[in-house]
Amino acid sequence: MIAVLALLAGVLLGLWLDPTVPAALQPYLPIAVVAALDAVFGGVRAKLDRIFDDKQFVVSFISNVLVAALIVYLGDQLGVGGQLSTGVVVVLGVRIFGNVAAIRRHLFRA
Amino acid sequence: MSDEHTQTGTGWPQPAEPTRPDGPAGEPDPRPEAPDPDELSPLSPQERPSGEDEDPSAAPAEGVAAAGPAAVVSPWRRFSSAAVVIVVLLGLLGFTLAVQLKMTSTDSSLAAARQEDLVRILYDLEAREIRLRQDIAALEESQRQLRSGEQGRQAALEEATRRADELGILAGTLPARGPGLTVRFQAGAKPISAVRVLDAVQELRGAGAEAMQISGGDQATVRIVASTYFLNGENGALIVDGRPLTGPFTITVLGDPATMRTALNIPGGVVASVAGDGGNVIVEEREVAEVSALHVPRPLEHARPVS
Repeated sequence: MIAVLALLAGVLLGLWLDPTVPAALQPYLPIAVVAALDAVFGGVRAKLDRIFDDKQFVVSFISNVLVAALIVYLGDQLGVGGQLSTGVVVVLGVRIFGNVAAIRRHLFRA
Repeated sequence: MSDEHTQTGTGWPQPAEPTRPDGPAGEPDPRPEAPDPDELSPLSPQERPSGEDEDPSAAPAEGVAAAGPAAVVSPWRRFSSAAVVIVVLLGLLGFTLAVQLKMTSTDSSLAAARQEDLVRILYDLEAREIRLRQDIAALEESQRQLRSGEQGRQAALEEATRRADELGILAGTLPARGPGLTVRFQAGAKPISAVRVLDAVQELRGAGAEAMQISGGDQATVRIVASTYFLNGENGALIVDGRPLTGPFTITVLGDPATMRTALNIPGGVVASVAGDGGNVIVEEREVAEVSALHVPRPLEHARPVS
């Protein structure tokens, strides 16, 4: 509940402040958001599985974001930034789909 | 979030233990398409029947039973650190999500475009620039041609104007001014005859006269052109191109004054002849003489230009 409220507060704050993303961070922000979303969905699924752990969620969240950003940065340095970020998004998307499927089964028994 | 976590079944883990207790792989997932254990990253090592992580009251109740007083403090600390961090992280996620969505949706300019699109746009712009440069070169070329053509027309116009002026002066249709002479014929006992005037005109023409007019005593003035004729009238009058002029006559002529004066004064010339008739010829040099009388050209009836 608090987490949902925090998410909403963050969204509202972002809409209200309307900051501009620095140019250096622009390639990494979408990937980081997707990675964080993956961690969040994993957390929700774990919660529904009743195996949620705060610390692990925090660690996975942060490391997800950092690893995703690192991969994109590495790809940029190697000259394959676009393809590599696409690959990261695909992998994270697959994981999000799996987590959402598990959540769906939990919620709807279907 | 690397390795999976197993449920030890012992309840709360010991604080001194590593957070990831070893054991068998994660609990078998009954679902056929179960994701690999990494996706279950936020697995908890402990089993909590209540499942309320944010509920601090539930955890100590278990912790007391399992691990004693040390575990009573631990859930509190975990709540105040990890849960707060979770809240902060989720808030940050929402923030960046909103920012990213807003930037992507509103910023349709080049800053949000992908690199391949930018490269394509750049190519398009370069091709367009090349086309426009070619257009500029072609237009400048045509402008240069038109300008030179205009200059040519201008030069032709000036030449034609100059020739028209020359011919107009020659044909007597334009007034003229310049250095020249005034030749005044004063009759003596005999009136000035047309022959003498014609002699004077021929002499002046031979000396390079360019424009001439003759005026009588009543200021009537006639331009002398190629077709001008002189006749003797009555009472010493002179008929020039059909107009009667009374003496004394004055010829105004434009040309080289010294040459014409010499031509008039040659022995047996105009001055001598008039003097022989008892008359007098006064020749005055003028810095600026003016031939203002105009000859009305006759329309040509028979002659046609050969072009």
